[in-house]
Amino acid sequence: MADFTLPELGENIAAGDVLRVLVNPGDTLAKDQPVLELETDKATIEVPSSVAGKIKDIKVKAGDKVKVGQAILSVEDGAAAPSPQAASAPQAPPAQPAAAPKPEPPKPEPVKAAPAPAAESPRPDNVVDISRGTRQAAEQQPSGEPSAPAAPSVRRMARELGVDIDEVAGSGDEGRISIEDVKAHAKRLISSGGAPSGAVAGPRAAAEPLPDFSKWGQIERQPMKGVRRKTAEHLGASWAQVPLVTQYDSADITGFEEIRKRHAKQAAAPGETAPPPLSVTALAVKIAAAALKAFPQFNVSIDMAAEEIIVKKYIHIGVAVDTDRGLLVPVVRDADTKTLLQLSAEISELAAKARARKLTLEEMQGATFSISNLGGIGGTSFTPLVNSPEVAILGISRGRMEPVYKDGQFIPRLMLPLSLSYDHRAIDGADGARFIRWVAEVFEQPFLLSLQT
Amino acid sequence: MISTQVVVIGGGPGGYAAAFLAADLGLKTALVDPETNPGGVCVWRGCIPSKALLHVARLLGEARHAEALGVTFGEPKIDLAKLRSFKDNVVKRLTGGTGLLAKSRKVQYLQGRGEIVDAHTLTVKLSAGGEETITFEHAIIATGSVPAIPPSLKLDDPRVMDSTSALDLPDIPKTMLVVGGGYIGLELGSVYAALGSAVSVVEMTDGLLPGADRDLVDVLAKSIGTSMKNVWLKTSVTKMTAEAAGIRVTFDGQPEQVFDRVLVAVGRRPNASVPGLDRTKVQLDKRGFILHDEQLRTAEPSIFAIGDVAGEPMLAHKASHEGRTAVEVIAGHKAAFEPKAIPAVVFTDPELAWAGLTEGQALKSGQTVAVAKFPWAASGRALTLDRTDGLTKLIIDPKTERILGVGLVGPGAGELIAEGVLAIEMGANATDLKLSIHPHPTLTETLMESAEVFFGQATHVYKPKRG
Repeated sequence: MADFTLPELGENIAAGDVLRVLVNPGDTLAKDQPVLELETDKATIEVPSSVAGKIKDIKVKAGDKVKVGQAILSVEDGAAAPSPQAASAPQAPPAQPAAAPKPEPPKPEPVKAAPAPAAESPRPDNVVDISRGTRQAAEQQPSGEPSAPAAPSVRRMARELGVDIDEVAGSGDEGRISIEDVKAHAKRLISSGGAPSGAVAGPRAAAEPLPDFSKWGQIERQPMKGVRRKTAEHLGASWAQVPLVTQYDSADITGFEEIRKRHAKQAAAPGETAPPPLSVTALAVKIAAAALKAFPQFNVSIDMAAEEIIVKKYIHIGVAVDTDRGLLVPVVRDADTKTLLQLSAEISELAAKARARKLTLEEMQGATFSISNLGGIGGTSFTPLVNSPEVAILGISRGRMEPVYKDGQFIPRLMLPLSLSYDHRAIDGADGARFIRWVAEVFEQPFLLSLQT
Repeated sequence: MISTQVVVIGGGPGGYAAAFLAADLGLKTALVDPETNPGGVCVWRGCIPSKALLHVARLLGEARHAEALGVTFGEPKIDLAKLRSFKDNVVKRLTGGTGLLAKSRKVQYLQGRGEIVDAHTLTVKLSAGGEETITFEHAIIATGSVPAIPPSLKLDDPRVMDSTSALDLPDIPKTMLVVGGGYIGLELGSVYAALGSAVSVVEMTDGLLPGADRDLVDVLAKSIGTSMKNVWLKTSVTKMTAEAAGIRVTFDGQPEQVFDRVLVAVGRRPNASVPGLDRTKVQLDKRGFILHDEQLRTAEPSIFAIGDVAGEPMLAHKASHEGRTAVEVIAGHKAAFEPKAIPAVVFTDPELAWAGLTEGQALKSGQTVAVAKFPWAASGRALTLDRTDGLTKLIIDPKTERILGVGLVGPGAGELIAEGVLAIEMGANATDLKLSIHPHPTLTETLMESAEVFFGQATHVYKPKRG
């Protein structure tokens, strides 16, 4: 008896949801044979077995959440002769449209046909890989399982979108698949980073062919993996899907800067444990949390497939952190309930964890709004990309002293450039302007926070 | 020298459908075929002329049948020349139409035979003389099929006919042997039987119409049994010799006989004998079909294959659909040939038609299916036609209750089957068919009532479900 446990899958993947179990009890398992299809935050992956032998017992099923180290299945040692039951073990059910269970109506006795001769090869897969070579001349073949209940127009749409129709869950009666179901499935595939399967390459594969760069000089091809790949897929999808508008403004933070410096000096006072330094990011999180309360339409996601807006009653704010592996966005939970000092402490801790590769998946999930502060690096302004399914993000550039015309003269003020990008499907332009103005005003007079929230 | 985006080689229902769609999608298109106008075997010497003759056969049958209903006609007088010209005119009108359609769409029609030079060049020996070179981005091979004549049945005598010469209707022989109990043999045999020939059908296997469900074929076989003089199953022709009195045929299992004419209709074979095909990467399978992928593309990326030459079933409507699919692929759409049902129709009397999964296929593959049957004896419409021999059946997935296949035998089955195709393609279940109101009194009701039979609730059949 040997157990196979979920191995380290790299890239901070600690857990995942089982999409499909690819083996059955009684199967003889080979080393490196795919056992599970696991959906993680980064991607959908096939988990290969590290053990071999006859499967005695499978301990997980589709829908389960499994963690690294959790037992998946056990195998018997040695190559035992397959038992008679093994031969009749049911095949893993193919992805089937979720049909609502209903009472069985009376039916004629099904014709239980004799099983096909053993020598006959299994029926061909539903999906023929058309991108590879040729196949036998078409013969009309009975397909074992009835194929997806979708009209020809829907099947064509699926093909156009690169979606395997057999993987689409139908929302209609008896799991019937509509064009909307196909579109929603395609959207889910894109936002989950899972590659659309099926015969024809998906929308993301529609990229133009690349020229041969080596014609112009030496190149090196590096695999795009981990955070970089995930970022590329996610932001690519976000860019393609979200009609994005960016509203610019700037906030006079001269006052806040004085408070910040004073606080820093206080921190240096001897004999006390130093409180965490106040940061612009922490203040931005504090203000954004208050703004989201004042403008709840920014604290939503949209479900185009269901034609619904999902309003969130919690405020979790993602803070973009630049690490040596790329962009990571840890999430500050319930930011609206925390003090500025608590936020400052938590943000520094999360940033340190991100850089030390110690962030867990949970710590990067569930944000309702994001903040990207590039002020530490520089720049006058930029267009942040909405981290969908969130609908807005606040970008912060470097504050600088600027002459501000006030009371008949130019006076030097520390101005902080702000940019608010939002999903125009969910948010109107006027609201975008109101939101960023609100944020800027509170930056200028942080005591407004205690008045307004 | 012509430069074109698409060249279609072969102007049958697959080829011209492809060429027309290509033109409609804005592609510069040429169509090459040896005939004066597009149409191919189907229109020139297949589906269309045979149906014109079968229509006449049906009229004769119905006139004879009328006697039982109290109307007696005299013996029919057949003016063979006039019958031939009726049939020829049908073909002429239809091919004239396709020619005009090609012209209106600015499809460049080249009458001649093509020879492939390479993956992007074709030369055409024009029927009018001379040669034309075509460079193309994509070619679609739609060269169809030809009657298969096994060497043992090859006899250089005009009295031994294939489907093409049988359609010419040279005379009405007193006795005729049809070799092959497939749809071509039965359809053409029916024509000659209706015109007055004593027709014998010989079939090597143990049943007519291989592929169709036996309960449907049994209904047809019963009718064939009376209209034909003999139907010999499990019998093969061993030898044919031409004599002055006729064709002497010896059988394996029957005493030898002399027939005025013999029609050899044992099947068709793909016509992949396009000269120069070997200069490309195009590959054939063992039976001579051109290999292609789901998008109809051959191993040579610029060349597609559709229709009879691209595989079974060799049916015009499958060819057209493939042709249109190939063109959509060429035009950059992500299309593929993925029908759920290709209907098959035998235009005998009664007609026999099926689509999707057959009961026989389910039996062979071990798939569990439910079969619901509605006998036409319970149909009011069938009674008014005095044709109660028909049968409608549904092959249903017992789990999802989806309609997987439909089978029909009876007058008009060829028209009725289209509803079955739509039901299968739309993923309809038995309830859908049951809840769709069908006009009364029509034969279409038999489809609705079959679905009702599935639930043990057919209005006109008392067959409660046990268990």
